[in-house]
Amino acid sequence: MKKETEILVPLMTEVCDEGNICVEGLNVYYGDRQALKDINITLPAKKITAIIGPSGCGKTTLLKCFNRLIDSIDGTKVTGKVMLNGEDIFDPHADVIKIRKKMGLLSQRPYPLPMSIYDNVAYGPRIHGIRKKSELNQIVEYYLREASLWDEVMDRLNTPASGLSIGQQQRLCLARGLAVKPEIILGDEPTSALDPISSAHIEKKFVEFKNKYTIVMVTHILRQAIRIADYIIFMYLGEIIEHGPAHQVLDNPKDKRTSDYIKGIIS
Amino acid sequence: MKGLTYFSIALLFLILIGLIYKSVPILKETSFGNLFFSTEWQPLKMKFGLLPFIISTLYVTIVAVVISVPLCLLTAIYLSEYADKRVIAFVNPLIDILAGIPSVIFGIWGIIEVVPLVRDYIAPAFGTTSSGYTILTGGIVLSIMIFPIIIHVLLEVFETIPEDLKNASLSVGATKWQTVKLVILRKAAPGVISAIVLGLSRAFGETLAVLMVVGNVIMIPISPLDPGYPITALIANNYGEMMSIPLYDSALMLASLILFVIVLVFNFISRRILKNIERKIA
Ligand SMILES: Nc1ncnc2c1ncn2[C@@H]1O[C@H](COP(=O)(O)OP(=O)(O)OP(=O)(O)O)[C@@H](O)[C@H]1O
Ligand SMILES: [Mg+2]
Repeated sequence: MKKETEILVPLMTEVCDEGNICVEGLNVYYGDRQALKDINITLPAKKITAIIGPSGCGKTTLLKCFNRLIDSIDGTKVTGKVMLNGEDIFDPHADVIKIRKKMGLLSQRPYPLPMSIYDNVAYGPRIHGIRKKSELNQIVEYYLREASLWDEVMDRLNTPASGLSIGQQQRLCLARGLAVKPEIILGDEPTSALDPISSAHIEKKFVEFKNKYTIVMVTHILRQAIRIADYIIFMYLGEIIEHGPAHQVLDNPKDKRTSDYIKGIIS
Repeated sequence: MKGLTYFSIALLFLILIGLIYKSVPILKETSFGNLFFSTEWQPLKMKFGLLPFIISTLYVTIVAVVISVPLCLLTAIYLSEYADKRVIAFVNPLIDILAGIPSVIFGIWGIIEVVPLVRDYIAPAFGTTSSGYTILTGGIVLSIMIFPIIIHVLLEVFETIPEDLKNASLSVGATKWQTVKLVILRKAAPGVISAIVLGLSRAFGETLAVLMVVGNVIMIPISPLDPGYPITALIANNYGEMMSIPLYDSALMLASLILFVIVLVFNFISRRILKNIERKIA
């Protein structure tokens, strides 16, 4: 299970290397309640980072900060910085569309758009101006293959996406996200609604994608984190308690709360 | 509760049976064509052509829905997707108040405001003259009256759309408006249709306000600036008078039956659609 690769993470340095996501002093409030407390962390590029921690500790909130979906929740307040490729995601002048395009999202349950399988994958590219049918055809096929769904749906591309099984829907959502050429994939417990085989599918994809994309995944399944994560962040009550290379956090946790969580004492 | 439900169903059937029973004499005496395809309404000569009334009813209703639906859609989209919670808290009671205003007030408002508007501005703008008492006037007044019910249903429909579905669209870089247009409206389409149908069935039955502004001239309205004479107005204006004329009473009952069936069918359809949506979402 152990991974030999040591990851060089520039912790809390002034520079944020190309591709890394560097969070500096991030606080998030829902109304008066603080959901994230002074988060400082660097997520390494082209690796799988797993965020673990008990329910309600702020994992989803942190993900929503990365693609600024936090904006669409009423009454939130965000302070601090999230740097990506030299730009602050929360800069008031930042282009939210561009930021979101850079990050594919997989949610807890798959949410196919109310349209055909084809249109789901073509949705993003069309929005960003691709109109040519031949080009769209190519994109749709390419990304359905990327998500290992092509063979199962090639003969029914124009049927509603809601007709797919849950596992297929989640892979469709993956293809939809990939079709806008993101650098980062955000997964919020992307396998929690899936059967074991479909889960394994997604996990396998993530491992395959590692060299192409930076993957940040929330998971409640420790074994999943052990299987695929390079880097682990443990959160508790809105704070990051511990983070580091996966085997280090999982095998030799420094903090008692981390070890209690891993042993299943707090959940 | 159960007893009450059965009671209301029984009442519905009793009304239906009563109306059919009372309509039988005229259906026996007059040919189908002379009733439904004739424009001649001369009770003294035993001519009971219902066509002008049926057309007027459909016309006013359609005008009302055509005016109302786009406004309601935009309002509901604004309230559910864009507005601040405080705006919603402020507007919701106002919509309820609108729903509670008595019909006659809308009628008076129609006479004071809408009739002159149509007479002095809209008709001249289209190069005609008009008394102001027209199908269009009725449609405008009616459109405001069906506003609350349509908005309420639409707001409920938009409420059922999961946040994560919107996020799925936003997360590939769609703007809010693109998300509304391409995802939310599409997902809500059956609900929107059901809201429209519910508005239609409300509009068909509305009587007082419409009869105050629509002119009540027995003719087949062609332009929206023509006057009309909806079924509800026919019944309300004439029932109880001239009842000594043979078959007059039966003719009005037939008119009521037509209205009743139309409203029933539309209600039934909208309920079916709503049920379907609820099942799909659950
Ligand atoms: N829209 C919201 N409005 C108010 N409070 C919220 C909202 N979303 C989350 N919270 C609160 O913020 C805290 C963090 O929530 P978050 O969803 O980020 O937790 P999580 O770690 O993802 O939990 P889970 O494992 O259950 O998904 C929780 O206490 C939650 O109640
Ligand atoms: Mg969560």
